[in-house]
This record gives sequence, structure tokens and C-alpha cells, in this order.
Amino acid sequence: MSEGVVWLTIFILSVFVGVEVISKVSSTLHTPLMSGANAIHGVILLGAILVTGSTDDGLAVGVGLVAIVLATINMVGGFVVTDRMLQMFSRKKPAKPAKAGPATGGSTGGAR
Amino acid sequence: MPTWVQLVYLLCAVGFILALKGLSGPKTARAGNLIGAAAATVACILPFLYVDNLRHLPLILGAIVLGTIGGVFGAQRVQMTQMPQMVALFNGVGGGAAALVAALELHELLAIVEGLPPGVDASIPGFDLAATAFTLFVGSVSFSGSLVTFAKLQELMTSRPVVFPGLPVAFALLIVAALVLSVMTVLEPSMLIAVVLLLVGLAFGLLLVLPVGGADVPIVISLLNAFTGLTVAAGGYVLSNTVLLVGGTLVGASGTFLTLLMAKAMGRSVTNIMFGALKGGSTLGGGEVSDRPVKSAGAEDVGILLAYADRVIIVPGYGLAVAQAQHTLRELVDVLLARGVRVDYAIHPVAGRMPGHMNVLLAEAQVPYEQLVEMDDINSEFKHTDVVLVVGANDVVNPAAKTTKTAPIYGMPILAADEARQVVFLKRSMRPGFAGIENELLFEPTTTLLFGDAKDSLGKVLKTVESL
Repeated sequence: MSEGVVWLTIFILSVFVGVEVISKVSSTLHTPLMSGANAIHGVILLGAILVTGSTDDGLAVGVGLVAIVLATINMVGGFVVTDRMLQMFSRKKPAKPAKAGPATGGSTGGAR
Repeated sequence: MPTWVQLVYLLCAVGFILALKGLSGPKTARAGNLIGAAAATVACILPFLYVDNLRHLPLILGAIVLGTIGGVFGAQRVQMTQMPQMVALFNGVGGGAAALVAALELHELLAIVEGLPPGVDASIPGFDLAATAFTLFVGSVSFSGSLVTFAKLQELMTSRPVVFPGLPVAFALLIVAALVLSVMTVLEPSMLIAVVLLLVGLAFGLLLVLPVGGADVPIVISLLNAFTGLTVAAGGYVLSNTVLLVGGTLVGASGTFLTLLMAKAMGRSVTNIMFGALKGGSTLGGGEVSDRPVKSAGAEDVGILLAYADRVIIVPGYGLAVAQAQHTLRELVDVLLARGVRVDYAIHPVAGRMPGHMNVLLAEAQVPYEQLVEMDDINSEFKHTDVVLVVGANDVVNPAAKTTKTAPIYGMPILAADEARQVVFLKRSMRPGFAGIENELLFEPTTTLLFGDAKDSLGKVLKTVESL
């Protein structure tokens, strides 16, 4: 089997897996799901590291470093923000009794 | 690439599949996200372990540290109400990174060909070049398009559709230019053509998103998210890297699917959302304030109405979150429940600024799950309901979605608040909602308006109910 066909096979199978894994998701989780998927494509960081690490052209290194910064923001920020959202969905009942959170009322990131 | 590295890459790819699978259910979502983060981290550490003589190490590590600080800082600081624009921003920088990586790949391929001794066959595989051209264009579309969606949601610019004469022509010209430049990249690759293609992509992204208005913007974010995924997959093909290929394809496929699901929840087609304004302003709302008479009441009246009802349904909207009134609302509901009133929250799938956004906002206010009822389950209950309390929502209860063919939200399934015996709107002013259209329900004889800041109003209503 030629290499191109191998790649095409992986691609097509991934499409099916991608559609399959999210096909039953309820709209409750659409926002975190979008944000989580968003974080996953930040793995382009890997490509940015590889191309930057293999060139000596000054301009190319500069462009590569910009790509690394952008991709890292995408990846790290995406996972952290998704976790922040999901944390609120999976809170434990007894840990926080009725009077939950700071009484300021402005809990939407207000504490930070 | 050593075999063990390929195997670890495979594991990381499986990690991404598990991450998406986990994110599809509330119980497994957090674990899934953590698995995804771990897989991405491992995948990005690998090059440092197996690539001989990886150059510019200190600079690369410095850039990673800088990006990590930026990402964590942004992610920790963002308010839950601003989540859609944050996702847009992260997606944009990801798309930009993919486009830059593609430019560098091309640069490297050209350098290799140039370095070959004369006489040796020096052609770059056409498919690699096509994938590179694709990433250059789509990555930059995603970058500039996402920045516009960010600006719209952050209200740095109008959230209404921006259309100008000649837009369709400019649109068509850019598509033709992109096709020609892509073909040229395959036949006669050069960095100059690559840069022009990148610029065309940036312009195209702007023109693609500018005509999209208000409530449709989140759908576009989801679509651009899928675009970025596909560019990462194309990058994986050129770099022969399975994690990029599988990860990117997963996001591309699931993102496209999610976009279709959301469009369905809004009763619209994706093409209508993207190009509706080009065809004659179908995402264009009036945005005007009416001076027709409405019935308004004081907080005491609303308090009494609620306290002596048997059945109350609350329709929360984005305005609730902006006023930071979630906690006061939860307190009010607790008091009503203690009085024996049956209270539920009716959650429209696209309440807020993004599908599922309202669930995130209410989860933050620690509203118990069991009280949140999805639209399809609660719609038949409205006709048996004494009072519907609409807090900061508008479009999701607007009967125009059923009755007015020309309305931008026509066809969107709505909450049947109009069937209840009484409707109380908590509103700041008569300004129309996000979709920019007037709500006929406001003028019905059964409807009462309580003007003011939602947190303030709810506080007063709460006091009244407590004193009864």
C-alpha cells in the first residue's frame, strides 16, 4: 500500500471517528465541546516546533517563533478555559452547602 | 522517526479521541479534557527527545513559556459571559499559527530542492504543495475571520451585519484569486506566491464574517474552528505526523458536525447563515426601539404574582448573566420553592451567546441541574403555567420565529412562553435583543414588563416575596 493511501485511510477513518464521538452530545455541553476541540487543534504547536528547529534562516526562525507563541496560546488557553467551565458542571454537592460562593454575587470571574 | 516515537504519537492521537468522547457527556467531560491536555503535552515534548540537533532550543522554549503565560492568563481572567469571544480568539491564533507553519514548510521544501545537485529530479510532490496552499489560505481565513467574530462579540464593532455594495463581486474575485494562486503554488511554487495567497486569505476571512450578524456569529466560530482543524490535518500530512493528522481531522469533522447541529437548533441552514446577508439582508434586524404602549409594573406586583402562583417557569437569557443576577435569581427560586411553588428553568439550546452557553452560566451560579429543563421537554408545560418570568432573554421567546417569514430568526424553535397565563419580562429597556428584532410578545395583554437592571429588580422581587 502506498504511503499516500495510508494517509488517506487514516484521514477518512478519523472523519468517521470525529463525527461518531460527538453525535450524541446534548446542547448542554456545546460550549465546552467547542472550546475543547479548539484546544486540540492547538497541537499545531508540534509542527511549529519542528519547522522552527530545522531552519537557520533568520526570518524563518522569527516567523516560527511567532507561530509557536500563537499555537501555545491556542492549546494551553483552550484546555485551561475548558477545564474552568467543566469544573462548574462537576461540582460536588456536599462540598458547598446552600450558601455557595463568595457573597459578592459577582462570581463571574470577579474574584480574580 | 524511530518506531517508539511513532507509537507514542499514536497514543496521543488516541488520547484526542478519548478527549472528544469524554466531552460529549457531563460526567466524563472533565476527565476527557484532562486526557486531551496530557496527550497534547506529551506530543509537543516528543520532538525535543527524538529530533537530533533541534536548533534554537532556548528561543523555542522561551516562545513556549511566553505562549503558556498568555494562554493561562487569558483563560483564567475571562468571564463566563465572554466565553464565545475567547473561543474565537484562541481559534484565530491557532489558524494563524497553522498558516505560518505552512509557509515555513514551503520555505523548507524549496530550500531542499535548491540544495540538490543539478540533474537530480527536484520536484516536490504535488499533493504536499496542494496541502500547503490549502493551509496557507484556510489558516489565514480562520485567523482574520475569528478576529472579526471576536470584535463583534466583544462589541469593539457593531454586531449587526456589515454589507457594502460590491461585496459579492469582491468576494468572487478573492475566491478566483485564491484558486489561481493555489494552482500556481502547486505548479510553480515560490514564497512570493505563498505570501500573496496568505494575504488573499486574510481579506477573504474579513469579507466572510463581516456580513454575518448578531446571533449567527457563534455558528461562524464553530465553522472556523472546523476550518482550523482541517488546516492542522493538512499540516500533519506534509510533516508526516499522525498526531497532527488525526487531531486536526477529528476537530475538522466534529466541528463541521457541531456547526450543522447548532444551525439545526436555530432552524437555519449554514449557507443561509453565512451568505444570507449577501442575498438581501436576511440576518439584518431592524434594531429600532418601538414607542408602542406596553404594560409595566412594579417589583411588588411581580413579587405577589410569583408568590401566589402554583407553577412558574423561568426563562433565563444573556441579560441575566450580564447583570450578574444569577445568584439573586437562585435565591428567589429557593424562596418560591420553599413556599410550595413549582419552579423550573426553561433552557433554550442557543440561549446566551453560544449554544450551551446558558448552561455554563447557570452552572457557575450553582443552579441545581434538576431544575434546568431543556426546550423540548418543557414546551408542552407552558400552557399549564401561571407565570413565565423572562429574565434578560428576548429572541428565544419571540413568536416572530413562528409567524414572521421575514424575521432573521424565522424557523428557529422557540420556548412557548406566549402560551402561559401571564408573562413577566425583566428588561433594562425596550431595546430589541441580540437578533435586533422587536418582540410581539411584549405588547400582548397578558404581558407585564418590569424595567430596570435584572439584579436590582430581582432583589426587590425577592424582598417582596420574603415579606409575604
